[in-house]
Amino acid sequence: MDWEVIFRPESLALYGEGLMTTLWLLVSSLVIGGILAVLFALALTGPWKWLQRIVGAYTFVIRGTPLLIQIYMIYYGLGQLEWIQARWDDVWPWTHFKDPAFCALLAFSLNTAGYTAEMLAGAIRETHAGEIESAQAFGMSRLQVMLRIVLPSAMRRTLPPYSNEVVMMLHSTSLASAVPGMLDVTAAASRIYSDFYLPFEAYLAAAAIYLCATFCLIALFKLAERHFLAHLAPRRH
Amino acid sequence: MSDYYWSILNGALLTVGVSLAALAVSIALGLLGAAAKLSGNQPLVALATVYTTIIRGIPELVLMLLVFYGGSIGINNLLEMSGTGITLDIEPFSAGVLTLGFIYGAYMTETFRGAILSIPRGQFEAAAAFGMGPVQAFLRITLPQMVRYALPGFTNNWLVLIKATALISLIGLQEMTYLAKQASAATRSPFAFFLFTAALFLLYTWVSLRALRWLHARYSLGTQRAEL
Amino acid sequence: MKKLILALAMGALAVTASAQNKELKVAIDPTYEPFTFKTADGKPTGFDVDIASAVCENLKRKCVFVEQVWDSMIPGLQAKKYDVIISSMSITADRQKVVDFTDKYYNTPSKIIIKNDIKFDGVASLKGKKIGVLKGSTQEKYANGELKKVGVTVTPYEAQDQVYLDIKSGRLDGTVADVLEVTGGFLSKPEGKDYVLVGPELFIPKYFGTGAGFAIRKGLPELKKELNDAIKAIRANGTYKKINDKYFKIDVYGG
Repeated sequence: MDWEVIFRPESLALYGEGLMTTLWLLVSSLVIGGILAVLFALALTGPWKWLQRIVGAYTFVIRGTPLLIQIYMIYYGLGQLEWIQARWDDVWPWTHFKDPAFCALLAFSLNTAGYTAEMLAGAIRETHAGEIESAQAFGMSRLQVMLRIVLPSAMRRTLPPYSNEVVMMLHSTSLASAVPGMLDVTAAASRIYSDFYLPFEAYLAAAAIYLCATFCLIALFKLAERHFLAHLAPRRH
Repeated sequence: MSDYYWSILNGALLTVGVSLAALAVSIALGLLGAAAKLSGNQPLVALATVYTTIIRGIPELVLMLLVFYGGSIGINNLLEMSGTGITLDIEPFSAGVLTLGFIYGAYMTETFRGAILSIPRGQFEAAAAFGMGPVQAFLRITLPQMVRYALPGFTNNWLVLIKATALISLIGLQEMTYLAKQASAATRSPFAFFLFTAALFLLYTWVSLRALRWLHARYSLGTQRAEL
Repeated sequence: MKKLILALAMGALAVTASAQNKELKVAIDPTYEPFTFKTADGKPTGFDVDIASAVCENLKRKCVFVEQVWDSMIPGLQAKKYDVIISSMSITADRQKVVDFTDKYYNTPSKIIIKNDIKFDGVASLKGKKIGVLKGSTQEKYANGELKKVGVTVTPYEAQDQVYLDIKSGRLDGTVADVLEVTGGFLSKPEGKDYVLVGPELFIPKYFGTGAGFAIRKGLPELKKELNDAIKAIRANGTYKKINDKYFKIDVYGG
């Protein structure tokens, strides 16, 4: 096994650039997806049936189709539509669709929003009825009940499955290598493989990077759980 | 143009084949892994823990590339050293099935382990009191009860597995996603082909959900559910 | 249970004993019209495919076509997934370090292709434009070597027809490609009507090598001789000319 090639400065720089892209994609899509997820979860548990149906259809499609197809749809599929082609040179929001990074980010954000929305909606539905009733007894409006009582406790309850979702998202960023022009860790490994014909070394190095990142994320979430779910922890003294 | 659609439908058959084969491998590995983790035998527990931790820490795509490209070269090097004239070619189907089976075996291990732990201890003790051997006890007592507890997690893993088969297109298996990509590039109309493929995946998901729901209902016969 | 898994594993691994005297596994990248592409029902076709079939007939062996993504062509060859690459692979010094080539079977130049509303005045006039190239190709080497330094954005793509997809949608301003390939695969189609070949014919050996040949693993002199003899044979008996004329109006063998 020829590890010398992997540890050359150019190769390490390539992996480094890939890691930066991966982390940027991960954090950005989680933030955007997270905000969208809260909105979608509110729609799913809200009083308007038609909105529930629309958002429900959205999460059904997102959770029922592979992320790879979603990426291809957004990058190639939307790019084919003449309506978008006519606008993406000058009209502001559509100019972004030309950019592969934007398309990848959009695909990942919509994907994580779909999954997280369902998780959050489930947690909202499981809020203890007594909490909601006492909030209403205090005269809080629907919005106040949501913001002060339901959402904070629902978000805490979503934390353990959400940690799973974040790790899945980290692994899903490896699909960014399917978008032309995106250089993430997997794409960097593929480049080294095709340049130097060393599949083991190149992909093992990528696997090691992802493994470290996964452990860091899990450790971060353990800390978060200890803080936010402290009330559920077993007695420590 | 319609020939492309027919070829994508053929690719759909391949998708079903790969996913079912990978499911078989993952169930086998899941049962083995769960047994190992619950055995109390320290080295076995450690081995199973390493397996589930590492597999769930690497992206499926990277593992697939490793098995497909790295695995072939590794095995062929070993075979060369052994002096026989055989070259073993891990083609995309096998690489995909093995990788997906391996990965989802790790997730199934956790699902089955949780399910087995949910069975009341009394059942195992009663089985032993009746003089049942371990295999008999497993087949008659553990397995039927485990199915009910394992089904939610199993369903989840299955649905994720179906979607993961799309990744095998990236190592060259000519299933739906691969053929859709080629067709869309050759005819310059990606929208139609990817929409078609997405619809096929949704159909597959929907059919699976109904089948698993039926299975859950069948295995829940005789259990009580409180009225909320 | 263990036996079941073993049986499954053994059954799943396709043991292909390399039957040297029956099949010849040929790797192709079928996204390179008119050299290598697929008809709608999935049959490989094109100049490369026909030449390969003619060579196989001459060698009395059965051609089995294996599809492969372009930038994994040589690694796949080394992993023994196939025996020979017949997919318009140019003979370059870099590639000859890792694989052996037969004599060339055609030699055509590459050129830059851009939209006809861009005034081309030498490579420097392309500053700021976006060019797409095939990952792992000689055209990519050229673009990275000559175009990047004058400020052109070079994006590598997995397959040449995906480059055309993005040119059509407007994400790219052009590409660097083999003249005959881009004519047959893009310029002659409706989406290519606003695009033109510009600049000189690019024959620079440093980047483009000395024509396209069949690539085989190193250390197989008998196979190399067989394939070379087959190429000479089909050129001598008129098969080559027939295939040439089926796809092209000019003689692609080159000087």
